[in-house]
Amino acid sequence: MAAALPLVLLVLLLLGPVGRGHAEPPRDSLREELVITPLPSGDVAATFQFRTRWDSELQREEGTDHNFLRYAVLPREVVCTENLTPWKKLLPCSSKAGLSVLLKADRLFHTSYHSQAVHIRPVCRNARCTSVSWELRQTLSVVFDAFVTGQGKKDWSLFRMFSRTLTEPCPLASESRVYVDITGYNQDNETLEVTPPPTTTYQDVILGARKTYAVYDLLDTAVINNSRNLNLQLKWKSPPESEAPPVPFLHAQRYVSGYGLQNGKLNTLLYNTHPHRAFPVLLLDTVPWHLRLYVHTLTITSKGKDNKPSYVHYQPAQDRLQPHLLEMLIQLPANSATKVSIQFERALLKWTEYTPDPNHGFYVSPSVISALVPSTVAAKPVDWEESPLFKSLYPVSDSSSYFVRLYTEPLLVNLPTPDFSMPYNVICLTCTVVAVCYGSFYNLLTRTFHIEEPSTGGLAKRLANLIRRARGVPPL
Amino acid sequence: MAAPGAAATDLEVVRGKRAALFFAAVAIVLGLPLWWKTTETYRAPLPYSEISGLNALQLRLMVPVTVVFTRESVPSDDQEKLPFTVVHEREIPLKYKMKIKCRFQKAYRRALDHEEEALSLGSMQEAETMLAEPQEQAEGSLTVYVIPEHSSLLPQDMMSYIGPERTAVVRGIMHREAFNIVGRRVIQVAQAMSLTEDVLAAALADHLPEDKWSSDKRRPLKSSLGYEITFSLLNPDPKSHDVHWDIEGAVRRYVQPFLSALSAAGNFSVDSQILYYAVLGVNPRFDPASSSYYLAAHSLPHVINPVESRLGSSAASLYPVLNFLLYVPELAHSPLYIQDKDGAPVATNAFHSPRWGGIMVYNVDPKAYNASKLPVRVEVDMEQVMEVFLAQLRLLFGIAQPQLPVKCLFPGPKSEGLTTWELDRLLWARSVENLATATTTLTSLAQLLGKISNIVIKDDVASEVYRAVAAVQKAAEELASGHLASAFTASQEAVTSSERAFFDPSLLHLLYFPDDQKFAIYIPLFLPMAVPILLSLVKIFLETRKSWKKPEKID
Repeated sequence: MAAALPLVLLVLLLLGPVGRGHAEPPRDSLREELVITPLPSGDVAATFQFRTRWDSELQREEGTDHNFLRYAVLPREVVCTENLTPWKKLLPCSSKAGLSVLLKADRLFHTSYHSQAVHIRPVCRNARCTSVSWELRQTLSVVFDAFVTGQGKKDWSLFRMFSRTLTEPCPLASESRVYVDITGYNQDNETLEVTPPPTTTYQDVILGARKTYAVYDLLDTAVINNSRNLNLQLKWKSPPESEAPPVPFLHAQRYVSGYGLQNGKLNTLLYNTHPHRAFPVLLLDTVPWHLRLYVHTLTITSKGKDNKPSYVHYQPAQDRLQPHLLEMLIQLPANSATKVSIQFERALLKWTEYTPDPNHGFYVSPSVISALVPSTVAAKPVDWEESPLFKSLYPVSDSSSYFVRLYTEPLLVNLPTPDFSMPYNVICLTCTVVAVCYGSFYNLLTRTFHIEEPSTGGLAKRLANLIRRARGVPPL
Repeated sequence: MAAPGAAATDLEVVRGKRAALFFAAVAIVLGLPLWWKTTETYRAPLPYSEISGLNALQLRLMVPVTVVFTRESVPSDDQEKLPFTVVHEREIPLKYKMKIKCRFQKAYRRALDHEEEALSLGSMQEAETMLAEPQEQAEGSLTVYVIPEHSSLLPQDMMSYIGPERTAVVRGIMHREAFNIVGRRVIQVAQAMSLTEDVLAAALADHLPEDKWSSDKRRPLKSSLGYEITFSLLNPDPKSHDVHWDIEGAVRRYVQPFLSALSAAGNFSVDSQILYYAVLGVNPRFDPASSSYYLAAHSLPHVINPVESRLGSSAASLYPVLNFLLYVPELAHSPLYIQDKDGAPVATNAFHSPRWGGIMVYNVDPKAYNASKLPVRVEVDMEQVMEVFLAQLRLLFGIAQPQLPVKCLFPGPKSEGLTTWELDRLLWARSVENLATATTTLTSLAQLLGKISNIVIKDDVASEVYRAVAAVQKAAEELASGHLASAFTASQEAVTSSERAFFDPSLLHLLYFPDDQKFAIYIPLFLPMAVPILLSLVKIFLETRKSWKKPEKID
């Protein structure tokens, strides 16, 4: 069972031209939605999205000054309820009404995957973008292992997952919906049953595949009023075959190789599983300064051949000031694995710069892979304001591709760590050596030496003489 | 054979002795100081004596008062004596290590022509505008005009007048002891307008022993370089109430003028937020008689804590935060009233908590419920709200209602809600408080550094300490010479420098490096070196004593 993946808390402040919505968005609006995707393995993925938007006085200036663009990563953060509480405070309805009622910390952190994010960005209010609104988007994705926690049953309900049910919509929300992914399970089919039966369904192309969702609108009084609460349930009528889930067209992996504590190698594997389309990806790497990268060792190979990147931007690190920044555009051939590797040397830190547990290792932030992945099904362009929020997680640029941003796993690299008691040992040892030298020197200089009169002989001599006499040889 | 051998041995013994003595000398004269010097922690010199001198500092707060006599205000032979200066000094009895003396320096002079003209006008307003024009008065100074006894400038039953600027008017008297009587009146007025014991006691509340000025004394906000003011609208029941407030307009109209008048005391930043589903920590009681709900006075302390966790404004600021909450009660609990200790409803329906902020309960007009279905749209009357919040803001800053002498006319502050002399009084109080804080900080720092000898004192820490001491002294001097503005600036600098020195992270580095460990490390060197030296010294000493005794016996 996979351990809970580290939380990636990202604050993206994109000051570029964003949001092509031509319709005037309303003031201070809140939209919330929950997407539940039952997986054939029995796991259930739940994604919350809350979008708050408000008008601002800020006037958008022409262009973006890249001097003010910042990118920062905290490679690892131990996730706990402390991360959830301030996040929940940003929600207008806190956790009192609407979908946020389900955000119960003890359940959300007992999951096999937890990802929580805050995005804030300006959105143009009109076509010429003379005035902007701010958009605060909060997302939370968790994967429940319903199979293990439910004694081998793959059925689930809102109450079993969150130990709460939905009772009322948030009065401030202009839209409050729950989507359940029922793709591939025909409604009159015998495989799966969702209760209460959905009033409407929604069909769209998500991540290049056609999907069908059952929609429950909390603002629709009929959804909740029947029984004062909404407890969505899903029952598998005939257990689905545990087939391998489809492999995404783009996925990536990262690891450190090498031995010893001097040199090492960072490797990133990029997989394009599309059967016949090649596409470019943008790979962004930030490596802390204590790994000294050798850029001349940067090698990119696809299918055993050298793959020359069409663009490389490298900003070298400065000790204790700024990390390495390596950005490149790589063309991934169809149905291939591309390996990007670069060698590094481990630097020695200052005595006080080591973390309290230096032998645990130092984290290296994940690489970020951005790509326009070709889609197999043509998607039609959509109006952003009308379509569900989760749709804009994977924006479609044109009908034939969709945008994906992937984060690889963070790495743990061991740095050469000194013995921290060394200064004391050195002092003690030096002192001892000095004392020993000093002792003999002192003895040599202060002792008085005088010639010893030869004595009459000791026991050995007498013994020798006794033997000599016995042999008839003159004594000594 | 034996004689030269013995002589050679003696020579050897003497050489050995010399060598041992030489070793001892080198170890003591060269080795010990070298070791001491190289293992010493760096401690920049600090002005310890000056810091301890600060505690016995005598604060002399000088208030320059100009007393202007118009014609006919005092007998003409008294007029002849003008101008001259009278000093009125008085110790302020506070249980504080600093002696604080308050000194009113009254400069008596005759009125100039334009002043005569102004004071002979019909009304006080006209006179004031005319007097204000020519010159700007320095901060902390006061001007008192003495008008003829039967002048019609003031209503007949009023003896004195205190203006919103730094001016006051008292009636003169035709009497033999005119100067004495007028002088007493001037002091009364000047005390009302500047320093009083209460103001200083409130300012030094943190530094005084608890018993004298107990916690029920209203403690003003601690002096700081800046303040953050947050207005929050709490709507616990968005299903029934759709509350709107024009906070931007209200801040512009009511709060900004007050804050810009107060800007000499610090930087202010104002923000606002609306919080939904934020409830008070106490369940209101139902009062069947008036079919309303109430919060009793004794439960008010429990109201704040649950709300505080939602406010979340203090996380982002270095400055103290003042919270002003407007609470629109739930439909189930309205109308909601706050009761005072006697059980009577509070007229403003608001209360404040010293150093934290204020809460006001805003009840929705019950008529609104009949007209339409839920949620009811509520437009908050910002004038009513801001009136309360501004009054609370004054209290939180320690600007109390002035205690006027009898028969004194006080028209109240101008539109910004703060008279100039109230601001001066705040600056006096803040300067004294800053000085007390800086002195306490410096004293504790000096004590701490004196107690723990392992702490490294870097040069920049030392220079901050020197700067703070100099600033305290400068502020005290400026206070004594009556320059309030520069004294306040210097006192702020003293606080900033002293705190920067006290909280410097470099002071923490070697705190946990005790002496016994240090000596444990050096034992392998010290022991083998010291033992032979000491033994040979003892031996030499014994031998010399023996050789001294021998010749005595022969004699």
